[in-house]
Order: sequence, then structure tokens, then C-alpha cells
Amino acid sequence: MSTHPTGMAAATATATATNLPPEGLKGVGADWAADKQAFPVPWGKAMMWIFLLSDTFIFSCFLTSYMNVRISTTAPWPNTSEVFGLMVAGHDIPLFLIALMTMILITSSGTMAMAVNFGYRRDRAKTARLMLATAALGLCFLGMQAFEWSKLILDEGVRPWGNPLGAAQFGAAFFTITGFHGLHVSCGVIYLLVVANRVRTGFYDRKGSYETVEVAGLYWHFVDLVWVFIFAFFYLW
Amino acid sequence: MDQAVRQPTAGDADTHNSHGTNATHDASQHPIRIYLLIWGLLFVFSAMSYLVDYFRLQGHLRWTLIILFMLIKAGFIVAIFMHLAWERLALKLVVLVPPLALLILIGLMAVEGDYTFLTRLASFTH
Repeated sequence: MSTHPTGMAAATATATATNLPPEGLKGVGADWAADKQAFPVPWGKAMMWIFLLSDTFIFSCFLTSYMNVRISTTAPWPNTSEVFGLMVAGHDIPLFLIALMTMILITSSGTMAMAVNFGYRRDRAKTARLMLATAALGLCFLGMQAFEWSKLILDEGVRPWGNPLGAAQFGAAFFTITGFHGLHVSCGVIYLLVVANRVRTGFYDRKGSYETVEVAGLYWHFVDLVWVFIFAFFYLW
Repeated sequence: MDQAVRQPTAGDADTHNSHGTNATHDASQHPIRIYLLIWGLLFVFSAMSYLVDYFRLQGHLRWTLIILFMLIKAGFIVAIFMHLAWERLALKLVVLVPPLALLILIGLMAVEGDYTFLTRLASFTH
């Protein structure tokens, strides 16, 4: 290779500027029909989207089965507003714990979005710090979920096969849906810590690309996205 | 290959996308402001859906508001935080079209649930 790297980059940039692919449906046709890679994104990003698509189906199946058992039961469904209420300074605030968990997860999504942005600006220190903040907020969420589970299991006597509050299916739906989401948060925290450490040690500077940070961000935002649906359908409905 | 390729410095940040494969969208161009704006809006809509429960709204008003706020929040997260708004249509379709099949599953399971409920009423209550 005798060509100077910056010269190569400039040549590629001019080529893409003069040869932009068509937009809209014509673009879809061009992307799929041409003898080339269908999605002009890094493979990790395309694969993460496909994985998240499959995960969408898993969570949707859980939420749909929850809808099915809730419609079909003849016993009254426990009032989630009261079950997940919290005593604060002598007042019983409905759904307080869940509202806090929602705010924490949204905050973590915000810090993650900023981490991705700083990653593309190649600001190694800020990217690593924001990712660590995201992981810390994720741990905070998990701690609150552990508190919620122990309160329900130990104080309220909720079991997957029955509970003293109402319909027996409540426990099964609750433990399956929030448990699977909690598992995703736990895996996400580990994932973020691994990537944050690689950012910190300059791995992506040597690699020449911070795309992995964006891919990790996709996963983390999806975890937040799933919580939006769980919050609406399980806790508020 | 020389060191310049494997160890890019901050100076070549503006050209880093040319050797990447994403030619149509450079995420570093987004100002931080848009993320802060969406972040704030997510807080607002979460607070609003919480208030639906706090004020004990019931019936169709409750369900409409809950679903409306949920879809707005989901849209913001997917479009802005996950950058789907800036992807090419081919990828958008791959992500957004298959989940529509779930609407059929939800419809079928709702009908099934109603049927089971009526059967239970007919068989187990007198």
C-alpha cells in the first residue's frame, strides 16, 4: 500500500458525495437489489437491531399472555396502584416505587445517549464516565427491583401460583415479565461495564471506531423501551 | 499499514466516517441539545402517565391516555435515542414492519381470553 491513508479517505469521501444512494422506497429497492451489502451500517449494529427485533417478540409474547390471563380470570385482579405504593413520611403514595424506577431508567437512557454522542466526538474520558453513570443507574434500578420483589414475596405473600390479593395469575405474570426485564438490565450493566472499560483503556481509539458504544447504547435504550410498555400495561392498566 | 491508520488522533475525527460504512449519517453532528430535549420530554410524559394513575382516572379516558403517552415515549426512544430516524428506510422497515404481526396475535388472544372467561362463568359459577 503506497497511497497515503488521508488521501484514501478523501477519495472515498468524494466518491460517496457524488454517488449518493437514492432515498425512500427507491432506496429500499436499491439497497436490496444491488449486488452489495443490504444495510450500509456496521455489522454489529445491524445484528443488534435483528436481536432486538427478536427480543421484541419475546417481550410481546409475555405481555400478550399476561393480557390473556387477565381477561380470562374470574377473580378480581390485584390493584397495582396499591400493591406497589410506598409509605413516604406517613403518606401512602400510590405506585411511588415504580415511578422512581421509571425516572431512574429514563435518566440512564439519557446518560447513555450522551455517551454515544461523546463517543462519536472521540471524547474518551466523558464517554467512559457517562457509560459508568449509566451502569450505576442500572444497578440502582436493580436494587429497587430486588426491594420490590422481596416486599411482594415476604410481606404480601405473592407466589407464582397464587397470592392473597386476588387473581392467582398475578404472581406468574409479574415474576415472568419483571424478572425477564431485570435479567436484561443485569446483562446490560455487565455489557456496559465491559465496553466502558474498553473505552477507558483506549481500545476503540486503537480500533479507530466507537461504533461498539452505539451498539451497546441500542441495547440499553431497548431495555428502557421495554420498561415503557411494562409500566403502561402492567403497572398502570 | 503504518501507525496513522491504526492509531487515529483527534484530528481525523471529521474523516472517521469515510472508512466506516455509514456514509449517509454522521452521529457526531447531532448537538447534545436534542438529547437533553428528548430526555426532558420523556420525564414530562412519564410524569403525565403517572398522574393518570394518581388522579384515579378510569375507563376509556385512562386507557387512551396511558397508550398515547406510552406510544409517544416509545417513539422518542426509538427515533432519537436509538437513531432510527436517521437510518435508511430499508433498516427502518426491517425493524418496524415485523412487529405488526403481533397485532394479529394480540387480537386472537383477546378473543380467546374472552371465550375462556365466558366458559369459566358458565361452568364454575352458579
